Amino acid sequence: MTNRSPMAIVASGLRKAFGDHVVLDGIDVAVGPGKVYAMLGPNGAGKTTVVNILTTLLTADAGTVVIAGHDVATDGDAARAAIGVTGQLSAVDNLLTGRENLQLMADLRHLRKKEGRERVQQLLEHFDLVDAAGKLLSTYSLGMRRRLDLAMTLVGEPRIIFLDEPTTGLDPRSRRTMWELIRSLADGGVTIFLTTQYLEEADELADWIAVLDGGRLVAEGTSDALKQRVPGGHIRLQFADAEALAAAAEHFAGATADEEALTLSVPSDGRPDDVRSALDRLERAGIELGGLSMHTPDLDDVFFALTGNGAKASATTDSLERAAQ
Amino acid sequence: MSSLTYVVPDAATMLRRNLKHLLRYPVMMIVYVGQPIFVLLMFVGVYGNALGEATPGTSYIEFAAPAVLLITVNFGCTTTAFNVFSDTSSGIVSRLRTMSISRAAILGGHVLESLIRTTISALVTLVVCLLLGYRANGGFLGWLGTVALVSFFSLALTWLVVALALSARTLQQATSNTLIFQFLPFFSSAFVPTDTMPPVVSWLAENQPLTPIIETIRALLAGTPAGSTALVALAWCAGIGIAGFVWAIRLFGRDPVPH
Repeated sequence: MTNRSPMAIVASGLRKAFGDHVVLDGIDVAVGPGKVYAMLGPNGAGKTTVVNILTTLLTADAGTVVIAGHDVATDGDAARAAIGVTGQLSAVDNLLTGRENLQLMADLRHLRKKEGRERVQQLLEHFDLVDAAGKLLSTYSLGMRRRLDLAMTLVGEPRIIFLDEPTTGLDPRSRRTMWELIRSLADGGVTIFLTTQYLEEADELADWIAVLDGGRLVAEGTSDALKQRVPGGHIRLQFADAEALAAAAEHFAGATADEEALTLSVPSDGRPDDVRSALDRLERAGIELGGLSMHTPDLDDVFFALTGNGAKASATTDSLERAAQ
Repeated sequence: MSSLTYVVPDAATMLRRNLKHLLRYPVMMIVYVGQPIFVLLMFVGVYGNALGEATPGTSYIEFAAPAVLLITVNFGCTTTAFNVFSDTSSGIVSRLRTMSISRAAILGGHVLESLIRTTISALVTLVVCLLLGYRANGGFLGWLGTVALVSFFSLALTWLVVALALSARTLQQATSNTLIFQFLPFFSSAFVPTDTMPPVVSWLAENQPLTPIIETIRALLAGTPAGSTALVALAWCAGIGIAGFVWAIRLFGRDPVPH
């Protein structure tokens, strides 16, 4: 191993433009060995471009990339030998069966015949694809294709893996399965660079989260550190009309009223006592409450606080879509 | 690095995979094999009596068969362009580009598959020629030379077709870029002697690559000396092959264009 750098992935000052359209405007990435790094951003933020540059598929206009100690500009082949990539678009051969796809990877990784066959069988079992192994990919569901895609990445047992939106478009159950598979890789000490547009996914899987918006990293840190960057949680009180809202607002100093939604947000860190006291106060004042909800800060708040309006709109759509599933 | 050491086994792996595609979706192969046979039957069976008057001293099948054997290569170009374009713009090849595999091996797999496809087509065409009464006088050496020259031309032209497919932005463009190779035989000495053509067309036909190659194969199969025509034929093949190879490798080395 010529691992001069203690970091698995280091990139600095990455810039990329397609024509006049600047996609990346100075991105720095550093991922330690065995860490899970999530790059979070709305559609069109430039996540796939980052992955394509880090995996040598695209050349950056400026900046350097070092993978497992190998500079991709001078030693791309050694960098490629160290990584595995699962792309956003299924990087599978649609005209072959699942087993043939895995065998193709085993052959191109130059595993010996017996070793290759064993590895293929082992992966089929691990990824729950044994029954579908002999079927053409046209019969596979999206979840199966994603699992096969990841299994193909693992044939050569790479120590650094790039996952570009591994769960986009999957149903909740398939998403959970992917998360478990990714977590088991991380437990095995594999370095993982993951992109996602789902805050929940970054929260579940990553040690370190970077938020990409408009070609720049607008924030990064651990999930907890990012959450601390936004105002705390609150109790949201819902009223039937504006009069009730106005009356209630007088009893809660420091609360913010939303006259359109007829809600009152009372700061709270989520203790049950806060709820009891709020309800008591309303009852004593004789104000009828329409509804109540607790709101604890999550990455959504961070995301909305950090990214632009366009990002907010698209992220909201994503949440709605997920809610509808 | 490691990827160059493995260029031959990797190309063989890619070839096996491409042949699996071919076997699994035989429709394209059937259409492709059918084309030169259709042309053969048209020219020999339908126009043969009339065209035979332009080739005194030989039967028309004896004149046309060597040419039709060669142009099986030309008819395969569209299929090759289709395969190369759709494959290199697919997810699987993106994955291969991020692996430690020689990029020449990925293209080489397509070129070798094309060579095998052309050979099958040429063999089927030969059987039809024999059924139509064609007999060659060139003996074993004549056949050997023919196989070598048709293969050399196929290899050379395929690299150029690969480059043309890689330079295209759409699948339509990739296939239409190579249509010219299907029409080229009709402006050569393939079906009638060039001196029967109008002066300008005759000059074009004399000076395009297919004519010397076809004349060389005619000579080889007839057992007559080909002389300097053979050298011109070999020079054309070498030129087309080297230009195509260099261009294709350069295009495939660039960042992929989003399709």
